[in-house]
Amino acid sequence: MGELKLRKGNEAIAEAAIRFGCDGYFGYPITPQSEILETLMVRKPWETTGMVVLQAESEVAAINMIYGGASCGKRVMTTSSSPGISLMLEGVSYLAGAELPCLIVNVVRGGPGLGTIQPSQADYFQATKGGGHGDYQLIVLAPASVQEMHDFVGLGFDLAFKYRIPSLILTDGVIGQMMEKVIVADQEPRWTDEQIQEISGEWATTGKTKDREQNIATSLILEAEEMEKHNHKLQAKYREIEKNDVRYEEFETEDAEYLMVAYGSSARICQKSVEIAREKGIKLGLLRPITVWPFPTIRLAELANQVKGMLSVEMSAGQMVYDVKLAINGKIPVEHFGRVGGMVPSPGEVFEAFEKLILGGK
Amino acid sequence: MSLLEIKNIINKENLVYSKTKVVTDNVMHYCPGCSHGVVHKIIAEVIDEMDIQDKTIGISPVGCSVLAYNYLDIDWQQAAHGRAPALATAAKRLMPNHYVFTYQGDGDLASIGTAEIMHACNRGENITVIFINNAIYGMTGGQMAPTTLLGMRTSTSPEGRSVDLHGYPLKITELIAQLPGAAYVTRQSVHTPATVRKAKKAIRKGFENQDKKIGISFIEIVSTCPSGWKISPVESNKWMEEHMFKLYPPGDIKDSEKADEDPYKK
Repeated sequence: MGELKLRKGNEAIAEAAIRFGCDGYFGYPITPQSEILETLMVRKPWETTGMVVLQAESEVAAINMIYGGASCGKRVMTTSSSPGISLMLEGVSYLAGAELPCLIVNVVRGGPGLGTIQPSQADYFQATKGGGHGDYQLIVLAPASVQEMHDFVGLGFDLAFKYRIPSLILTDGVIGQMMEKVIVADQEPRWTDEQIQEISGEWATTGKTKDREQNIATSLILEAEEMEKHNHKLQAKYREIEKNDVRYEEFETEDAEYLMVAYGSSARICQKSVEIAREKGIKLGLLRPITVWPFPTIRLAELANQVKGMLSVEMSAGQMVYDVKLAINGKIPVEHFGRVGGMVPSPGEVFEAFEKLILGGK
Repeated sequence: MSLLEIKNIINKENLVYSKTKVVTDNVMHYCPGCSHGVVHKIIAEVIDEMDIQDKTIGISPVGCSVLAYNYLDIDWQQAAHGRAPALATAAKRLMPNHYVFTYQGDGDLASIGTAEIMHACNRGENITVIFINNAIYGMTGGQMAPTTLLGMRTSTSPEGRSVDLHGYPLKITELIAQLPGAAYVTRQSVHTPATVRKAKKAIRKGFENQDKKIGISFIEIVSTCPSGWKISPVESNKWMEEHMFKLYPPGDIKDSEKADEDPYKK
């Protein structure tokens, strides 16, 4: 059993990185997530677990350090916030193309541009539709608590290595900055060289020995026929992930006549809005996607047979709502409510929007 | 039976040269007269002679040498354009007993990747950098590079590079020599047997410096690109000596081991 601590979301990520046996962290300061690098520099894990921590010269360098470390079969991660993630996307596309496992964290802030340092969920499209160039996906985990910030570091690495894919934790300034109790995991040892050989020896660049062919970490395939085959292979992997690793949580959906769909900090707010509705005798439920990619499409389609309307609640101008609409395919009304530019809605505000957009529109 | 029969000539006693096993049998895509092939060969020989094939990680760039992994039988990482030093930084820090080198052209290292090479050098990463400077973008068809000489015609400086329009050629190797993290900075060429031997010695020193953990070893190879320069291989060698060496003179620029004190470390 792990210890109970009081931690900021960002601190929980740093602590989890050490405890889940991360080999290397490479990052660049940006608000609202700088506590991650700061915490690691204070903890000095290189003196305990041997974990490498380096402040890179830019987000561009950081993501390419991830490429270099991931190519060696190491468990490496970086963290940033929206503008920094935009800078990283070229590298993320390369990581996806070369099928390199790693963990990336986006503590989202308001945009576009330099925007604001206040929380936002406006990077949903970027996170769930690939983000960079080419046809690719990331596994995208959306924590709604400091506990999940901690837990998803371990889960993110597990899924990344299970499928040889970059995992992304899509969180925001609310969860990054808020303090909650968290049960931290027991210290896991870092992988030994032997374990790395066993897990990733087929592809990791650990030095070409006489008993095997050279390993090359590359996303370059010049012949179109071969590149098409590689794309089909990636797509087959994505279908496999959609089949096996959709995660979501439901509140009060059993008898629900209406449904809110929200992830991350918005889901925390919506939980309260559901309580308000229930007090008034309105049978409102909530579905919280934990993986926003793969998206809980099948479950939402099922719920469309049960409820009369759905409200997608996001701190964006309406991004996830498109995925909800695709899942529902016109069967019932689907509306969006959100605050943008770093504004966080209150539970009452969300309930009022629900009354107006869903109940008022029935 | 004549002694000159081929089966009598090809035998172990007469063997004076053989291809190192670190070079693969793949046919190189490089143009005739291009320096890449020679530089590849001498890197392979150094790896072979040091017996470090199983401990060497190469980082290939974007440019003509993007496919370097087809020719050297070691593990490779293919980097995004300009970012090879970032990959090498992580690989070396995570596997400190391995030998890690980047292989980069002038567009990759001195234009798009300026930040990454400067900071890797400034941090004194214990890696080796092989910098091929042929003053042109070869892969994309002969555009102006950061190191293109003034007056030199390329497809994007069709009337010759001018200061007003394009700015000056970048002597990045001299800039790097200013950084305390750079332990060994040298400029070589591979256009004659003598210079090939010298360049190989420099590369070997660069790899051996990784054992000493004294900082980055930066080896520029002033190179030819007959296809990009649109002259013959022989003319290219001559042109390189006459023009390139004026701005990029061969020789050691910095050797921390020899210097009594590095003035930049004060």
